[in-house]
Amino acid sequence: MTATLSIGFARAALETKLFFRQRDAVIFTFSFPIILLALFGSIFSGDLEGTGITVAQLYSAGLIGAGVMGVAFQTLGIGIAIDRDDGTLKRLAGTPMPRAAYFVGKLLSSLVLGLIEVALLLAIAVFLFDLELPTDVTRWVTLVWVLTLGLAGAALLGIAVSNLPRNAKSAAAVISMPYVILQFISGVYIPFTELPSWLNNVAAIFPLKWMCQGLRSVFLGDAGASLELTGSYELPKVALVLGLWLVGGLVLCLLTFRWTNRGES
Amino acid sequence: MTTAIHVRGLTKRYGEVQAVGGLDLDIRTGEVFAILGPNGAGKSTTVEILEGYRKRDAGEVTVLGVDPGHATSAWRAKVGIVLQTANDAAELTVRETVRHFARYYPNSRDPEEVIAQVGLTEKAGARIRQLSGGQRRRVDVALGIIGRPELVFLDEPTTGFDPEARRQFWDLIRMLAAEGTTIVLTTHYLDEAEALADRVAVIAKGRIVAEGTPSTLGGRATASARITWADGYAETDTPTAFVRTLSDKYDGEIPGLQVVRPSLEDIYLDLIGDAR
Repeated sequence: MTATLSIGFARAALETKLFFRQRDAVIFTFSFPIILLALFGSIFSGDLEGTGITVAQLYSAGLIGAGVMGVAFQTLGIGIAIDRDDGTLKRLAGTPMPRAAYFVGKLLSSLVLGLIEVALLLAIAVFLFDLELPTDVTRWVTLVWVLTLGLAGAALLGIAVSNLPRNAKSAAAVISMPYVILQFISGVYIPFTELPSWLNNVAAIFPLKWMCQGLRSVFLGDAGASLELTGSYELPKVALVLGLWLVGGLVLCLLTFRWTNRGES
Repeated sequence: MTTAIHVRGLTKRYGEVQAVGGLDLDIRTGEVFAILGPNGAGKSTTVEILEGYRKRDAGEVTVLGVDPGHATSAWRAKVGIVLQTANDAAELTVRETVRHFARYYPNSRDPEEVIAQVGLTEKAGARIRQLSGGQRRRVDVALGIIGRPELVFLDEPTTGFDPEARRQFWDLIRMLAAEGTTIVLTTHYLDEAEALADRVAVIAKGRIVAEGTPSTLGGRATASARITWADGYAETDTPTAFVRTLSDKYDGEIPGLQVVRPSLEDIYLDLIGDAR
């Protein structure tokens, strides 16, 4: 167990270092939600239905959720598909490295990238679009648990979908598609009030909608609760669904993870 | 003399294709053993089963006393694997990579020493992406031996090497062998098998068709020698006597004399030709 953790930490440091050495990947990963936030924040201004909540606030909450999911689900899922294709996984499987250490490394490095992403988005939202940071401790606590649960659940889902692409070349296309669709139906770009109820129901199966809902409770405050479909942020339900994804994602990973490419076993 | 690898009746099918069909193999501790065979003969499948990467359909397999189908991390610590196609960790430096892998092993070698042994000291600070193909393979070898393994698998290690790099690589293998490491080598190069291996096995159609030392494989040592000279040629089992008679005939020097035993390549091509 201690060996798994210490090697897991070493792998996390290595993975993070590897990520930051691929400059193009760094720029695109971090800039995508940032550019969208800057765009949406500039295009849509004004309040929402007289609640005193700005559109920029709404997009800040949504894009922080999408940004975290991008790092944890998309970047991680594509990264693992590439690891499988280029021989990284096969090589590791041939060493005595505790296999869990690989996942500890991936999760921790995603956590680091997620924190950087959130910090950048918050800074932009605060300085450019007058987002007010929460002042009470409860909301900060909510922010921490929503982000942690959301990131871990999305990361496990990313590990599971990394099995889908047949090789590294198709990985980006295969894994980006569900991510983009989820953003559209989970209230990141389009207000969920404008979606048909069946789409809202589909979104409710996946973690992104709940992560964004939790984040709105942090950044929009009590005034925004009336904008929700149920008139409440349903925080216990957010915790429940994200927690279930954590467990389900873990089971899915254990059942489906392959250390070699398809057809090599 | 103990046995490092013991295989009886190994069988593996992929759908309709019988990749390995009832293969027997014994490799002794401390031996350099080369496995030769054409592509698709079942060479890689066999080696990957021995490495614990693939499951077998039937047969008995023991590697260092353990069934590789149920590999433990203690067993993995004693087995070094140099893969055929690894292209990973391109943005890490040689030193970072070797140091990191050293952490996985309970009794690893000194990373700097291993880097020096594979001849990459000058490149230790370079990113792996910037290395030549041959230098990359040496990183693979470094990662294969960093854990001080008792047994090393090398899958076509010198493919794409220039002649000088191959000679350096052979010296590295000899050094490992001198330390008592058991080495299992698959290769397409017969001169490589001849230069390095204590024993050689030829796999064709999923079976071992010949096994022995490189000099006696397939009856090589007792095969007829072919003698050619300026005015003719002959095949004989007693080349020395033949040359003596010939020398008398020419009263000394025989013009254009050559005495050739079949090369390992001739024997190999015969063997895999028969199996087809």
